[in-house]
Amino acid sequence: MFDMLFLAEFTVLRPNLGLIFWTTVIFLLFWGLMAKFAFGPIKDALKKRDGDIADALAEAQKAKEEMASLNAKNEALLAEAREERSKMMKEAKETKDQIIAEAKQKANEEAKRIVSNAKAEIDTQKTAALLEVKNQAGMMAITIAEKIIRKELKGNPEQESFANSLVDEMNLN
Amino acid sequence: MNINLKYIPNVILPLLFAAFCLVSLPAFSQTGHNHDHSGHNHNHDKGHQQQPARDKDTHPADHGDHGPCPHEEVGQFDAGATAFHHIADANVYSIGPLSIPLPCILYSKDDGVAMFSSGKLGIGHHQTGHKAYKGYVLYHGNIMRVNDNSFPKDLVEPVCFGYKMKKDAKGHDKKVPTAIYHGKTYDLDANSTFLGSLVGGGITSFHDFSITKNVMSMILMLLFCLWLFTAVARSYKRREGQAPSGLQSLIEPVFVFIQDEVAKPFLGPKWEKYLPFLMSLFFFILALNLFGQIPFFGGSNPTGNISVTFVLAIITFLVVSFSGNAHYWEHVFWMPGVPAWVKTILTPVEVMGLFIKPLTLMLRLFANITAGHIVISIFVSLIFIFGNDGATVYTGKALGASVASILLGLFMMAIELLVAFLQAFVFTILTASYIGAAVEEPHHH
Repeated sequence: MFDMLFLAEFTVLRPNLGLIFWTTVIFLLFWGLMAKFAFGPIKDALKKRDGDIADALAEAQKAKEEMASLNAKNEALLAEAREERSKMMKEAKETKDQIIAEAKQKANEEAKRIVSNAKAEIDTQKTAALLEVKNQAGMMAITIAEKIIRKELKGNPEQESFANSLVDEMNLN
Repeated sequence: MNINLKYIPNVILPLLFAAFCLVSLPAFSQTGHNHDHSGHNHNHDKGHQQQPARDKDTHPADHGDHGPCPHEEVGQFDAGATAFHHIADANVYSIGPLSIPLPCILYSKDDGVAMFSSGKLGIGHHQTGHKAYKGYVLYHGNIMRVNDNSFPKDLVEPVCFGYKMKKDAKGHDKKVPTAIYHGKTYDLDANSTFLGSLVGGGITSFHDFSITKNVMSMILMLLFCLWLFTAVARSYKRREGQAPSGLQSLIEPVFVFIQDEVAKPFLGPKWEKYLPFLMSLFFFILALNLFGQIPFFGGSNPTGNISVTFVLAIITFLVVSFSGNAHYWEHVFWMPGVPAWVKTILTPVEVMGLFIKPLTLMLRLFANITAGHIVISIFVSLIFIFGNDGATVYTGKALGASVASILLGLFMMAIELLVAFLQAFVFTILTASYIGAAVEEPHHH
């Protein structure tokens, strides 16, 4: 038997005005509400996040580049500093050498001066000593001459009185 | 006992499968029991039906739900009828053994608008009522109207059902259901069918604007998607600038896929304007496709109903047509760069194309979902085809058929799961291509 029951009719292929009406209402509601409260915000959030990620990547790239340039700058600064230091060291060395040279020169001069001073002193002293010796020798000669004269004169009062008068005359001067 | 957590899915899936098999046998038997009524083979005469006497050879599963009505005799099990009934819309929502009444909004020229719950008609065995209210009855889950003004408009019972033979427009004999009340037989009208002459049915004495099973499923999916997607949208706000988590991770790949693989390639710089529409189509269809596949959960089948796909196609058609720029319409009505005589051929073809495109959208989705459901239904029906015409299912043949049916059904469900995604995707990508063609700016070569 192939009797088809009433309900065997293929009702799903028959458009029903009520179902069409409700489907329209529900789908339009679905579209409107989901667009406003779900799809729109999600789309915006995703777009924003995509933008943020792109920005972050660009920023990271920029930071990397900045870092590199900063490093280069640092390197340059360091090199400069090194150069400066070596320059300073050189200068310091020069200054030191100069100071040493100056000091040596001064010392030499001082030494020379001292030596010359000493020479002059020595000369003075020598002159003084010679003078002293001459004086001493004069005095001794005088004394010897006096004694000789006294002996010579002892027997001769005339001579003696003449000598005394000479001495007196001298003493008076 | 140390159970490594990662093995749990490996344990749970076979367990679920086993549980499904265990539950299926009696559950399908129950279905078969219900449906042995749907396969009635009325080889008795009309007078016999109208007698309130019971047949003596009632089968053991008779629960006496029919009250004083004559018992419908068990006939050949009709797998096709079972399948058609299961994919049809209904005024009752059945979840497992529960029958949840739905609000009925009915309009007839004679009586105007009537609003009541389908529970008022008494949902009995096999979603058939035993009461009449304002001339409406519930028969196999559908509201029908007694097309006779002498029928009482108050709440009356008991109402029984029979059938009579009637010649249809082509002269074929056709069974039409009848209502029997106090010994008198009344003609019953099914609800009106839009564009009736094309697909059968036609305008009858009433229109059904009820919140049917399909409408209810759509409302449920609307609410579910709203909850799900607003939760996701909130997560995006709350976790701004962070990686997605939880529900976000579930939705985002699908969302981004439709956005980047469907909207952007076809719509170019205008993708943002049409994205909500495409997303709505995709997720509306997907949600309904998937919801319709939950076994024993009402078996709602909105995307396998031509009314629903018709609306989606019409809205797509309107969106495409209102988006069309001068360039698009010029190519439809007066294709530039071809000789005039070619235009006389091209223009009708292009104009037909305007309507064929949404028509194919409508039929493709409808046919794919309906076919899948029918095949699953037929596989389940194998049990009753092999099991002594559905009279008793606990036989060796039925048991063997049950195993085969479960395996085949499982395979088909897997395919249907794929089809659910595929058809939602196909509908969306074709819509995107139609809109893309309509909004495309002219290229100057």
